Formats: sequence, C-alpha cells, structure tokens
Amino acid sequence: MTDTVTSTPAARLPLRQRIDLPVVTAFACIVLLLILGSLYSPNFLSPQYLLQQLKVGAFLGIIATGMMLVILLGQIDLSVPWTVTLGAMMGCAAASWGPAGAALAIPFGILCGVAIGLVNGFGVAYLRIPSMIITLAVNSVAQGLMVAYTGGFAPQDSAPYPMKFLGALSSLGFGIPNAVLVWIVVGALAVFLLTRTSFGRAVYGIGNRETAAYLSGVPTQRLVMIAFAISGGLAAFGGVLLAGYAGKAAQSMGDPYLLPSIAAVVLGGTSILGGRGSYLGTVAGVILITLLQSILSVMQMQEFGRQIIYGIIIVAMLLLYGRDKRLR
Amino acid sequence: MPNSEPLFRMEGISKRYGGVRALEEADLEVWPGRVHAILGENGAGKSTLIKVMSGVVAPDAGRMLLDGREVSFADPAAANAAGVVCIFQELSLIPDLTVADNIVASSPPKRFGMIDRAAQRRLAEDALRRAGAEDIHPSALVKDLPLSRRQMVEIAKALARKPRILILDEATSALTSNDVIKVFEVLKRLRSEGIALLYISHRMHEIAELADDCTVFRNGRKIATYEAGTKTDSEVVEMMIGREYHHVFPPKSGAKQPSDTPVLEVRNLSWSPRLNDVSLTAHAGEVVGLGGLDGQGQRELLLALFGVLRGTSGQILIDGKPISIKSPRAAKSPGIGMALIPEDRKTEGLMLPMSVRDNLTFAAMSQLSRGGIIDRAAERSAIDEMIRLLAIKTDGTAVPAGSLSGGNQQKLVIAKWLLRRPRIILLNDPTRGIDVGTKQELYQLLRRLADDGAAIILYSTDYDELIGCCDKVLVMYDGAVRRKLTGPEITERALIASALNIDAEVREAAQ
Amino acid sequence: MKEWRFWLSEQRGTLLAVALFVVMFSIYVGNHPAIINKGFTVDTVSNVVQTAANKGSMLAFVAMGQAFVVITAGIDLSVGMIFLLANCLASYLVAGPTALALVGVVGTLAAGALCGAVNGLIVIFGRLQPIVVTIATGGIYYGIALWMRPNPGSSPGFNSDLADAMTGKLFDIVPTSLVILLATVVIIWIPFRRSEVGRAMYATGSSQIAAYMSGMPIRRAKFLAYMFSGIFAAMGGLLLTFTTYSGEALAADGGNYTLFSIAAVVLGGVSLFGGRGSAVGALFGALAFRAIGDLLFVFAIDALWQPLFQGVVLFVAVSIGAARLFRVRNRLDLFG
Repeated sequence: MTDTVTSTPAARLPLRQRIDLPVVTAFACIVLLLILGSLYSPNFLSPQYLLQQLKVGAFLGIIATGMMLVILLGQIDLSVPWTVTLGAMMGCAAASWGPAGAALAIPFGILCGVAIGLVNGFGVAYLRIPSMIITLAVNSVAQGLMVAYTGGFAPQDSAPYPMKFLGALSSLGFGIPNAVLVWIVVGALAVFLLTRTSFGRAVYGIGNRETAAYLSGVPTQRLVMIAFAISGGLAAFGGVLLAGYAGKAAQSMGDPYLLPSIAAVVLGGTSILGGRGSYLGTVAGVILITLLQSILSVMQMQEFGRQIIYGIIIVAMLLLYGRDKRLR
Repeated sequence: MPNSEPLFRMEGISKRYGGVRALEEADLEVWPGRVHAILGENGAGKSTLIKVMSGVVAPDAGRMLLDGREVSFADPAAANAAGVVCIFQELSLIPDLTVADNIVASSPPKRFGMIDRAAQRRLAEDALRRAGAEDIHPSALVKDLPLSRRQMVEIAKALARKPRILILDEATSALTSNDVIKVFEVLKRLRSEGIALLYISHRMHEIAELADDCTVFRNGRKIATYEAGTKTDSEVVEMMIGREYHHVFPPKSGAKQPSDTPVLEVRNLSWSPRLNDVSLTAHAGEVVGLGGLDGQGQRELLLALFGVLRGTSGQILIDGKPISIKSPRAAKSPGIGMALIPEDRKTEGLMLPMSVRDNLTFAAMSQLSRGGIIDRAAERSAIDEMIRLLAIKTDGTAVPAGSLSGGNQQKLVIAKWLLRRPRIILLNDPTRGIDVGTKQELYQLLRRLADDGAAIILYSTDYDELIGCCDKVLVMYDGAVRRKLTGPEITERALIASALNIDAEVREAAQ
Repeated sequence: MKEWRFWLSEQRGTLLAVALFVVMFSIYVGNHPAIINKGFTVDTVSNVVQTAANKGSMLAFVAMGQAFVVITAGIDLSVGMIFLLANCLASYLVAGPTALALVGVVGTLAAGALCGAVNGLIVIFGRLQPIVVTIATGGIYYGIALWMRPNPGSSPGFNSDLADAMTGKLFDIVPTSLVILLATVVIIWIPFRRSEVGRAMYATGSSQIAAYMSGMPIRRAKFLAYMFSGIFAAMGGLLLTFTTYSGEALAADGGNYTLFSIAAVVLGGVSLFGGRGSAVGALFGALAFRAIGDLLFVFAIDALWQPLFQGVVLFVAVSIGAARLFRVRNRLDLFG
C-alpha cells in the first residue's frame, strides 16, 4: 500500500500463461490424426483430400461459430438441427420465385434463421426461460413448420445458383472451395467481433457474471437476444451452404450437426459454463472433429465403432483439460 | 486462565493458496466455558483458520489436538462428529429445503431407512426454541425467509448438533438488533454450560460484551493472545495493522449553501416493505452518509436510485428536474451521471476471471469505442491513467481481476466507474473487508472527488467513517430516515442512539 | 401457515402436471372413435387406455430417470441412447423359457444401471460438466446398441408371452405397464426421496456448497441419480422391446427420447436449475406430452403436425412460468 506505481503495467501476460492448453492440445491431436490417417492411406495428406476435409468442416465451422457465441454467454442452442434445415429449405424455396428470388435466396435463408434466433433470445433474455428448454421448443416448432410446409416429403426445390456457388464450387483457384473461403470470412468477423468490439467484451462479461455486467450498465438482455439472433443466422447460413453443396435441401439434414457443434466448441477450450474461450480453439475443435470422422471412415470402421470411439475420445480430451476445481 | 487442559489446540498450522500464505505457523488454544474472540483484518487468516478447524479445508502443515489427542478432519461432517460446529453466514443452508430439513441435515433421524419426518420436526422445533427463534415455522422453505431469519436457522442448526466447540464467523452481521440480544443470551448460556465459543467479528462493542479471551491475527500469523479488557482499542488496532494507527481523515470543506440546487434530490421514495417515505438531498461537493444498523433499507435505497428496483413510488430529481430511472444503463447515462459501487465486489462489481483491463473498461465501453469498435489507444491511456490515479497494485493489466488483493479489487471497481467521470457516486459499504492502508487512500479519494464537484452518497457500517468523511449523515431505521445529523452533530453516541432508535439518548447526545 | 399449505406449494409443479394430463386424456378418451362407436364401456375404455399407456409409459420411464439427474442440477443427454441399448439388448436376452427370460430382463436393467453408473463416475470423479459428458457417452451407448443390432431384428427364442404379459392388462382392466409404472414410484421413488441420500440429491441441486458444508452425501446422491437414470431408461427400452418384439438402433428415436424426456421433466414441474420437483411430475409430464400426439389422432389432424403441436405446447408451458417475472421487484433477482 505504500508502493507507488512508477511505470505503466504490462499489457500482456507472460508467454507461459498465455498458452491456452486446450487449443494446443486440440492442434496436437489434429497433427496426431493426420499422421494416423496417412498411415492408413497415402492419399490422406494429399491437398485435394485435405481441402475436401476443410470444405466439409466449413459447414460445421460456420454452425459452430454461432454455437460458440451462445455458449460463451453460458447458454446453449438446441434449435440448431431445424434452424439449419429451415434455412436450407427457405433458401431453396426462394428460388421458385424467379430470378429475384434466386438472388435473394441466401439472405432470405439467413434471415429466417435470424428470426428463429430472435425468438430464442427473447425467451432466454426477457422471459428468463432456461435456454435448453426454449431452444428445444423452438426446434420442435421449426420442425413442425417445415414438415407442414413440405407435406412430409423431401423438398423438391433445388438449390439456386448462388447457394451452389458458395456451397459446392471453388473459384479462387488451387482448388480452394468457396465454402472454406466463406468460413474464413465468417471466422475473421467472429474473431473481430469477440476481441475488438464492445459487443464481444460484453458477451464475455455476461457469460462470466451477468449480475456484474448488468450493474455496470450494460444492456445485457438486449445483447443476449442479439447473440442468439446471430447464432440462428449462422446456423441457417450453414444450412444454406449445405443445400448448395448437396444441390437441394433434405428433411432432418441438420440433425447430424447439433452434437458435433457443441463438442467442437467445448473441445476447443470454451467453457460450457460461459465466459471463457477463444475462436481459434473452436476452429481447432471443428477440424479435429471433421478429421476424426473422416479417419474413422477411411479406416472403414463400421458405424458403431465410429460412434464409440468418437465418444471415448471426447471424454478423454475433456478429462485432460475441462475439469472443475476440487471442493477442498 | 482456568487450570485445565485446553479443549482444543492448534499448533503450527499453515495453509497456502497458490502463492498466497493464508496461514503461517498459526497457534490457538480454546478453553471450555469461555468465549474466545478472533480479531484481525481481512486477509489476516481468520477465515482460513476457521475453515481448517471445521474441516472445510485441509492444512498443509501443523496439527490439531482435541482433548489432548491429535485429530484431523476429512470434511465438515467429521468435524461435526467430533463436536466442532461452525456457524457460517448462511452458506450452509439449502434454499429449496425446509427449515426442519436444514436443521437436521447432517444426521437426520431415521425409521426403516427413511427419514422420520415427525421426529425431525420435533428436533427442529427444539433447536429453534433454544436459539430463541420460535417464530420460524419448521416447514417453511429457507429461500422464502429473509436474511435475518435464515441466520437464526443457521444458529439453530448448529445448536442441534450438540457442539462442544461452537464457532461463529461474523454470524451477527445479518441480524436485527432484537435477534442480536437474543443470540447473546443463548451464547452466554452455552458458555455457562461449558461449551467453548470462538467468535469472529469486526464489531468491537460486541467483542467487548461477550469475549473472555482475544487473539489477534495479522498476515496469517498469531500476533497476541490476551484476556479481554486488558488492551485498549487503539492498542488492539495497532496489533491488527502492525503499525501505529491514527484515524486520518482529510479535512472536510465548509457547509454548503442551501440555495444551491441539489444535484440529487429524493422525495418520498417508497418501495414496500423495505423503503418508507425516504427523502434526502445531495449537493455537489457534499458527502452524504447513510447510517444505521445493517438491513434497514440502505442497500435498497441505493439500488432504487440506480434504477434496479421496480415499483418504487415517490420522486427522484436530478438538478431539480424529476427523472425516472429505469435501469443502471439509464442511471449512468451522461444526463444523469450516476455510479454505484456495489455491496459485493466479487459477484456484483467485477468479473473475477476476466482481466484487469476488461473489468476496468467495462462500464465505459461506449466512450472508449467508435461505432462499436474499441479504440485501443484510448483504452490504453484511460487504463494507465486510472491505475496511476488510484495506485492499483497489479501484475500487469492482463492478469485476472481475481488475482488482486481485496483492496485493489475494490479500487478496480471504483476505477471502472471513475472512467465515466460520474457526478453522483453511490457507495455501498465500500471499505468492508479492506485493509487499513487502502481505506485511507479511499477516504482521500472521496474527498477529492467531492471537492471536484461530485455528490457522494456513502453507506457505511463503520462509525468512524461516517464521522470522518461525511458532511451529513442520515441514520436509517426500518426503511425510513430516522434522523439527520449535520456537521458537529455527527458523533458516535448520536449515531448509535439513532441507529437503535432510542429517542432519549438522541436528545441527550444532541445537547 | 398450515402444514398442508406448505405441502401444496412444494408439490405445485407436480400437481399442475397431473391436472394437465387428466384434462388432455379426458378429452382424448371422450373423443376417441372406438369409444364413440362402441360406447363408454369398461372394455373399450380399458383398451384405449392400454394402448395409450404402453406408448406413454416408455417416455414416462425415461422421463422419470431424467428427473433424478435434473434434480441434482445435472442433465443426462444419454438417456435416449441407453433406451436404445436396452431395447437392442433385450431383443436378445428376453428369450427362452420364462425363467430365463426374466433373468434377461434383470440383465437388461443391470446394463442400464451400468451405463448410468459410468455417467455418474465420470461426472463425479472427472469433475466434468454433465451436459458434455452425457453427449459423449450417449454416442458410446448408441455405438454399442448399433453393434448389437446393425439391423432391426429379434432373436428366434424371443419370449413373446412375457412380452404380451407386460404390455397387456391385469384383471383385464388395468394396463400392466401402468401397474409397473406405479410400482416403480412406490418401490423406488418414494423410499429414495425420503431417504437421506434422496434428500442429499435435492440439496446438491439446490446448493452444492451448502450441501457440502452440511456434510451431506453429495457424491453418493449424484452417483445414484445417474444410476437410476440408466435403470429407468432401460425400463423404457424393455417396454419398447415388449411392444415391438424386436430391437432397433435408430438414432433419431434415441435423440427424440432424450429431448422429449427433458420436455416431460419441465412440463412435470422439475426445475432445470435443480433442487425442485418430483419424478412423479415427470411421469405425468411425459404422459401429457405423449397425449398431444394422441389428441391429434383423435381430432383427425395429420400426424405431420405433431412436432409443431408438441413444440407449441412446450413453448406455452414454459412461457407460463415466465409470468412470475411480473412479480420480480428487484431486477437483480432476475440474474442467477
């Protein structure tokens, strides 16, 4: 108390403390998987195959970006499956409205997702309904709407050109898929949002302790709603791209993306309780899961084996770096 | 000293948390049938000592002896079984269970393997009676009870375990004055029954009334043990802080001209049931104190001003104009310019895992960013300025706020708000649990801010602070302003008398 | 305050769920074509009730299991997969003469208990968050189920008599599945809830720190909660096997049962924050949730609309809880 501060204190932590264990572990595992894969098949490390992996991963990556935002707040978004599907179906539906429709297909699909996210966000922020249950209900409603819309059949609209352009094609040369470029852009925006804007700062603050954020005069409820809206929009965007990749939308196409998106975020070091995590970790988590899934298929392991190994690896990695403090 | 073996002895107990030495070679002797008070600043090790004694944490070194035999407690249940029971500040009550469930929580009576509800109820009623809290219904849910009732349940719960050593850790801070009197009777009766009592409190007058022996801790070490009444208050404080101690308050400026328009005026503010028709004025440059016992509405008054409470009636005027404040966001807006230093810095003032930088700038994001994007240069210079101004001791701005000491954490909270240059500053017991050196710095800061034109409303449970810092003090009782003391009227006698609502003494003190 | 008023406010959630179910089911029975055609006789009503009971009980078991875990402030996202695993396992084990088949039943329940125990051990000793652990273990259990039954099927010696008995009626009136449901409540839930460990389960969900300070058996409570969750999920899976005579590892079904169990639990008045609610409430919440589909059938609304109705009902049900927000006067109470 008698010491005076004579020089301005350091702005960065020493290197040792700055290294994020989960991110490093995740990347280490990625390297491991690449080595393992190359042992099984010489093509594994070929640029085409790796780019294909990145392309497949890009869809999960965009969805996981939205999920990360929500998890940072200390919430969860279980409406991803049908938000993805709804975005895809609405995007394709827009195509049937003529050339103007095709041009607006992507924004329209995303906007539908934003609308879903706003409902989620309103329920969580203003009605204080636990996010697990409100997003579950909204997922069901979205499913209901889509099932009613298509009459239960596979949707007939095929994806309009803009969706195919982004989802399936590669235009930059060197075979780099457009979807990967989209993910890079989305990711860059996410990083900027989280680290350089007051919104991002507030998200971490709310996830850490909403009471303190509220008493600091931050409009916590509005920001939570906006975060869910962004997440919904990103999930729908993922659906739009997926439809572009496949050529059309399909019932339940979003189902395989819920649990992997949560796992990718958590494996990347983001705490499921909120307030902590970096986007780099999410990127690592997405690539890790994508590689894992593809190695298991390269090894021609049957589906059941893949599921079991998938689960075991997630538990193992969490035990490595996700543990809570002891009570004593 | 009575001529028998100490009931309980701690020898050479040490405990570290990371790099911080919470306890260092601590010794303690506890004798049956005596009240042993533990004094010390926050961070002196009192809490850790209690936690080791009651089995909540394990010591790194040292030993404990009960009845002359060495013991170690694996968890609170083991300590309870040995007869060491600790009364916490309601940390050990389960909100969704009933009073009776909570009272017998650690060893409920059973029949055929299931809990015997009837026997449980009888035990609970018995314990509540012994604690002097017969008005509490055993089937009420704990979360539906107000704080003072919950504390009484906590006391009843401890008594139900038939302790040989009863530890009270700031157990009276949440109680009404009636409860305090009853609890003291209970404690004195337990003492006469041969139970050893360990009492931790900051309230010197309670210790004076209750204690037989006193021990002072500082920086994790035992400094001295003495019989109560053999040391003066200032000697004790000196032992607590380790150097010669003078109350140093910066001189107050002269009385304000009443013709100035007050920056803040409150008229007939009510919020049932905690606020009843409160009126006050605060001028620029004035430090207005809120006094009275804990829980008389002071916290609610500050929250109401800051826009946190819904359903308030009455008027709040800023610069003479009535304004409706609906949220902290509105309260801090430039037109009003309010800031609130909240009661609990760890849960309401800071996000402990986030960096010092992030915490410091959190309330001022709009002025440090353009179009939502943070201006890093502006942020940097604002942070540097604040750290210099408040002399915040920190290992860089990227470390988590949780790594700072209590005093520096509180400075961080204040710095966060000072970034906005507020005109009205509300402080909710800001120096509670802060070391004396930092307290001095804060007093200087408050006077400087007032001299620069801010209106300050300071709620404090420390009489010396109210006397030394404030230009006028409003003593609250039961949600209303009981008495307003200005200038030389502010004395400890008058403050205590008004707080306890004793008319005769108030009149006498005013003469 | 009188005793019964305290009891009433504590059981409010459960009672609301019961009321909701009774209302929905009455409408269902009242408008059921079989009853309209053949009259309101004991026979027709009990047939209608039996079909509904068998369908509803499956979800009811899974929901009751979920309730155990949710009360500890945890969540079990693997219940649907344990359900599938039990279904597939039972399609092998419930075979042969009745005695052997009964051993198979016990074996299936033991498998469910084992799955639950694994969940509990990882959560407790790994100190990991239940939501992520159970996502991962759910995948493992699904993989095992898929390994057992890559294609839907049944074993040749499948004891269909036992299956029929379990899905039939007792004394020709009361559906057996309901009796078993009631039996689990009486034999398992009520004694457990009244025991010291059961109370510790509530305490852990309400405030783990306070429970620790009070010396309550937190770890045992959590372990048993997850184990019972597995056992109950396995009971549901067994019932499915009894109904379909076969085992099938359909991931979508498993996922649905998991998510519906959460919906049922919330409808049943169990708080997702822990510490409040009852498995009985979850039971009725599940029956009410299932009744939505039944009601659609009865009013000749296309089954395609079922997800939408389920979502809307759930949405409305949880939003009603938000009405209490109007009474909040200190906004700090809104935050955790």
